[in-house]
Amino acid sequence: MTLENIAFGIIALLMIVSALRVVTTKNVVHSALWLIGVLAGAAALYILLASEFVGITQVLVYIGAIVVLFLFGIMLTKAELGRSDDLDNNPIQRIVGAAVAFGLGGLMIVVLAQSQFKDDRLDLVHNNTVQLGQTTPQVSDSIFSTYLIPFEAASVLLLAALIGSIVLARRD
Amino acid sequence: MLLNQYLFLAAILFAIGVYGALARKNGVMVLMSIELILNAVNINLIAFAAYWGAKTAGTPAECAPNVECAATAGPVFALFIIAVAAAEVGVGLAIVLMLYRNKRDINIDDMDLMKG
Repeated sequence: MTLENIAFGIIALLMIVSALRVVTTKNVVHSALWLIGVLAGAAALYILLASEFVGITQVLVYIGAIVVLFLFGIMLTKAELGRSDDLDNNPIQRIVGAAVAFGLGGLMIVVLAQSQFKDDRLDLVHNNTVQLGQTTPQVSDSIFSTYLIPFEAASVLLLAALIGSIVLARRD
Repeated sequence: MLLNQYLFLAAILFAIGVYGALARKNGVMVLMSIELILNAVNINLIAFAAYWGAKTAGTPAECAPNVECAATAGPVFALFIIAVAAAEVGVGLAIVLMLYRNKRDINIDDMDLMKG
């Protein structure tokens, strides 16, 4: 039981509990706040996997911007701030949704359990192969060389989304 | 630490997100569930990037074509997914606001204007 495994276990438990609360809680604001648990857990996993730049971007973009945007969306649509029983579909649709999700998750787990990666290990700290702070220069180099055109396309996409949101949400 | 630990966690989170997108009827909550799905995909990308990074450690950092670039491709694609998710949430919430303004409700089941 290495330290990495213990950290992973704690983070994974936090993420699964938070994700279940996001999809089952009866309060819209609580759902947005539980979402922070999942996103922060993902950021912690990225740092555990020595991708610290993605982890920090996750905190800045998801927790800093997207969750705030969700809270604004909840406020502007005047959702009931307390407990509300009108957030879920009727029980039959929920059972079908649960069956679809269970089938999909079960299928993925069964396939992964027999994949060619099933015994491959990822002992980053133990082997001392990948360290924190090592991947960021490589990632930035490849964004601005190999992936320069996708990077520019992403900036055009963000501009288009910005203009589209303004056009949609403008009161005229 | 097995690579599969991360892949299992991502599969579970993906399934939870799918359940949320199907079972919720509030538009904002459906968008939150879609965020869960996108996050699960990102965990997979970063896990495989770390896997390839550990496997190909020692090879030169600069990527010649067709050499394993996956160690940097994973984080780069994860960053692109974060950018696309931000754009999706912006436009999605603008659409939800528009629905609320026109119908005073964001119940997705009531949006059946296209039904014949």
